[in-house]
Amino acid sequence: MGEKMDDTICAIATKLGVGAISIIRVSGPLAISKVNQIFEGCNLEQEKSHTIHYGFIKDKNEILDEVLVSIMKSPKTFTREDVVEINCHGGILPTKRVLELLLQNGIRLAQPGEFTKRAFLNGRIDLTQAEAIMELIESKNEVARKVSISSLRGSTSKLINEFREKLKMIIASIEVNIDYPEYQDIEEMTEENLKKLLIKLEKHLEKIIENSKNCQLVKNGIQTAIIGRPNVGKSSILNHLLEEEKAIVTSVEGTTRDIVEGEVTMDQLTLKIMDTAGIRQTEDVVEKIGVEKSIQLLQDATLILYVMDCSKELDEEDKTILNNLVDSKTIIVLNKSDQNQVIQKEMLPFSHIVYTTTLEEGGLNSLKDEIIKMFEQGEMDEDDTQLLLNARQVGLAEKAKEQLNSVFEALENGVELDLISIDLKDILDTLGMITGQTYQDEILDTLFENFCVGK
Amino acid sequence: MVDIIVVGGGHAGCEASLAAARLGMKTLLVTGNLENIADMPCNPSIGGPAKGIVVREIDALGGEMGKNTDKASLQMKLLNTKKGPAVWALRAQADKITYPKEMRKTLEQEKNLELKTSLVEDLIVENSQIKGVILENKERILARAVILTTGTYLKSSILVGSKKKSEGPHGERPSLFLSDCLKKLGFNILRLKTGTPPRIKRESIHFDELTKEEGSKELLTFSYDSHDSTAYQLQVPCYLTYTNEKTHKIILDNLEKSSMYGGYVEGIGPRYCPSIEDKVVRFRDKQRHQLFLEPESIYYDDIYIQGLSTSMPQDIQEQIVHSIQGLEDAEILKYAYAIEYDAIDSKQLKPSLETKLVENLFTAGQINGTSGYEEAAGQGLIAGINASLKLQGKDPLILKRNEAYIGVLIDDLVTKGVKDPYRLLTSRAEYRLLLRDDNADLRLRQYGYEIGLIDEQRYQKFLKKKEDIKNLMEYLHEKRMTPQKEVNEFLKEIGSSPLNAGISFYELLKRPEFKMDYCKKFLPLPYEDSVLNEVEIEIKYEGYIQKANNDAEKMIALEKIKIPKNIHYQEILNIASEAKQKLEEIKPETLGQASRISGVNPSDIAILSIYLKKGIKKHD
Repeated sequence: MGEKMDDTICAIATKLGVGAISIIRVSGPLAISKVNQIFEGCNLEQEKSHTIHYGFIKDKNEILDEVLVSIMKSPKTFTREDVVEINCHGGILPTKRVLELLLQNGIRLAQPGEFTKRAFLNGRIDLTQAEAIMELIESKNEVARKVSISSLRGSTSKLINEFREKLKMIIASIEVNIDYPEYQDIEEMTEENLKKLLIKLEKHLEKIIENSKNCQLVKNGIQTAIIGRPNVGKSSILNHLLEEEKAIVTSVEGTTRDIVEGEVTMDQLTLKIMDTAGIRQTEDVVEKIGVEKSIQLLQDATLILYVMDCSKELDEEDKTILNNLVDSKTIIVLNKSDQNQVIQKEMLPFSHIVYTTTLEEGGLNSLKDEIIKMFEQGEMDEDDTQLLLNARQVGLAEKAKEQLNSVFEALENGVELDLISIDLKDILDTLGMITGQTYQDEILDTLFENFCVGK
Repeated sequence: MVDIIVVGGGHAGCEASLAAARLGMKTLLVTGNLENIADMPCNPSIGGPAKGIVVREIDALGGEMGKNTDKASLQMKLLNTKKGPAVWALRAQADKITYPKEMRKTLEQEKNLELKTSLVEDLIVENSQIKGVILENKERILARAVILTTGTYLKSSILVGSKKKSEGPHGERPSLFLSDCLKKLGFNILRLKTGTPPRIKRESIHFDELTKEEGSKELLTFSYDSHDSTAYQLQVPCYLTYTNEKTHKIILDNLEKSSMYGGYVEGIGPRYCPSIEDKVVRFRDKQRHQLFLEPESIYYDDIYIQGLSTSMPQDIQEQIVHSIQGLEDAEILKYAYAIEYDAIDSKQLKPSLETKLVENLFTAGQINGTSGYEEAAGQGLIAGINASLKLQGKDPLILKRNEAYIGVLIDDLVTKGVKDPYRLLTSRAEYRLLLRDDNADLRLRQYGYEIGLIDEQRYQKFLKKKEDIKNLMEYLHEKRMTPQKEVNEFLKEIGSSPLNAGISFYELLKRPEFKMDYCKKFLPLPYEDSVLNEVEIEIKYEGYIQKANNDAEKMIALEKIKIPKNIHYQEILNIASEAKQKLEEIKPETLGQASRISGVNPSDIAILSIYLKKGIKKHD
């Protein structure tokens, strides 16, 4: 269930034990007066908004910590409520004691995400920004972090709003011809013009979706399949990756057996390695789950590492599988490069081929470099981070694109523009759901701002 | 003592008093001047996009505006015929002498209705219930319900340039005290402004230089029952001309002399209907603006210049008019003016048009912040109906947004309120495909009959039409066209693809290029045009109509969830602060109404809906 909105809440806003300073954030109508009761230095209730004050937090006569206190009065704060931030200097214990003291004084401990929720409910941030904060907290890698921050700054809202503005203008120019049919000076929107304008919008929308989906991949982890014939070294490659990089191994309940998913984060990228247990236990995915299943695995994967023992000849089974691999998402890993190299790079029609060995230090570097090269985003600039943030947003954008497609179909069938206009309003609504808006009277505003009509 | 007093004899007042009287209420219409009953102080036309459909709806429900317009029409047009049927709309040029004369005749013939000349100065209210009115001569008239339809007369001022006079249209006396009385009762008073263009003398116009605009050759009527259409030969044309750069220079050079730009106006003007100075200022790169010259009456000489509404002083108006092609020697008979007036905050009304503050007090028309004859008449009819139903102890008639433009209008008023004078537009109706000119009777006549405004004879005629539509639809599903040579040749001729197998006429009619008229070649269709037309639209647009109906059903589901009157929004967790404030202010009656309040987002509605179902309480 929810929490009350009218009380005052507090929480430690920084990671405990990391860094020299911890911040306790307090938000709500009693924030300033309650902190003032335990603060010695000045009377916070009489100080101006957005000022910082030096002093001590005292529990009766005992000094708990030497602090800097920032006071920020409603509405120009993160939550739009009165906010006080106490910068504690004394490490973990004093910070905890200050927090306890606040709780004893009748301030409630905030639920996870409650400050953000208040900011959203008080209209300080929109839906995409609220989501961005949640994503930021959970970001796994550098890309995720950058995109979340950009979205938090409003880039997703801006992207959607710009698109909606264009669409609104198109709708208004259809509507104005309906409500003011005899104004010959207003250019009549024709099917042909409309089609041209909508094609532009469609391309724009496609680009947004495509970029966002790519980014989702990188952000959420690349589905990676490591496959190959028995005893080619799949499991040692996997183990080395897991050992050398930040890795999490989780057990997921499966139908026939538990599927273990391994997660390897390398700088900007996170690899999600599919069916990790299968690789580890049997060293033979193909054999255990069958060729058919492994081909399914190949289809689901975004990245395929096909491991071969380069000291052995290619056999028929290898050839079958190689024929099923899509070049653009495959890296051929020629393992055991420390041994006699029977298979040469040149023999295989693939763009990404690396030699590896798990016996030498850095023997997998060639593989890691190749992966990074494949998914490299380059230095991300402002434009690249203007993306949809999560599956919900991408889903809505895709729905809008489908709706746009049916508009093209309707135009082909000679449907009148006043009906097309109704379909376009639906698209506006769908996109509005991304940021949490609905169009209501927006179209009329656009109409009257841009067209000269009247008695 | 009477049952219902209607204050004001404009378009809202006429419909309200007629409806009340016809529903058996002893009704008194009090108006400042009987000569101005159903007066048309602005444009000499009735109808147009959305508005024309309102007139059809009024007729379907048993109101008077449609029939009366048919009697007074100088020409009539079906607009938007190149677009889909959802936006077709009738518009008539109406004679400004005939229209009021005919309406007054109808009022005078109504047996439960009495007319009285006077101004109402005060309202008698006891225990938040209306008891009657006090006239300017201090006479007290008691009534069980009162409907205020005072138009622009509340504290009205007429402005021409820097001159401001306390009067209504035609130099009539304004109502100086009523809005203060409403304010004391707790109503929020808004100050609105509108304007009207100059009228010029017919003989002084060089018509030969202008484009003629004629009405339709077809005999068209607003009413489903009248046959009073004006024959083409008797129709009076309109003319088209334009402002030019010279006109614009005169306006820009003298801008501060206008009431608006000189700062003499406090009221907020309508966005949809800016004055010529507004248009020139806001759209500087436009080289010309369109003007329609419309005849006001065949009984006098005034020609109305649609598009030239202004609050410039008289000498500048002369210069402006004379700068226009065809009007070089035009004689101005009546100068343009701006008018300011008081209105109440329509958010203080219930969807029945009864005020939330005073029981049995209803308001309709411009007092509610709308503009336009049709918007006024539509509200007047509903207020008249609902005041009568209330006194009879019955539930009010509340038209939903998918049932009528009148429903859209009233819902917008009570849910969103107005900032500038409100005009109906097709874009305001999310289900406009359902709210068509052709089906107003199918949507509303049943209500009119049940309430008691549609008599048995007209009702039987309506039932017959419904039956015909049903039969024709079935017939077209049954009857099939086979791929014979002559059939395919005909299809080729009209640009339609030939048949390989037999298909029903219903399927054929789904092809955009295949018209109902073509069916007549192959089938006997002994039906009236209105029936053929209706069925054709329903078949051709079936997919879109179905979709609109589905959307509307979702809305109706929300509409069925009532919000208790004693709800405390502050108690509900997780509703955004702005939404809470708006919900407290408007106190929506249903979840559907709540969802249309601006500032209330879908997430707030989701939470409110859970609260209403489960009653989440404050936890302590």
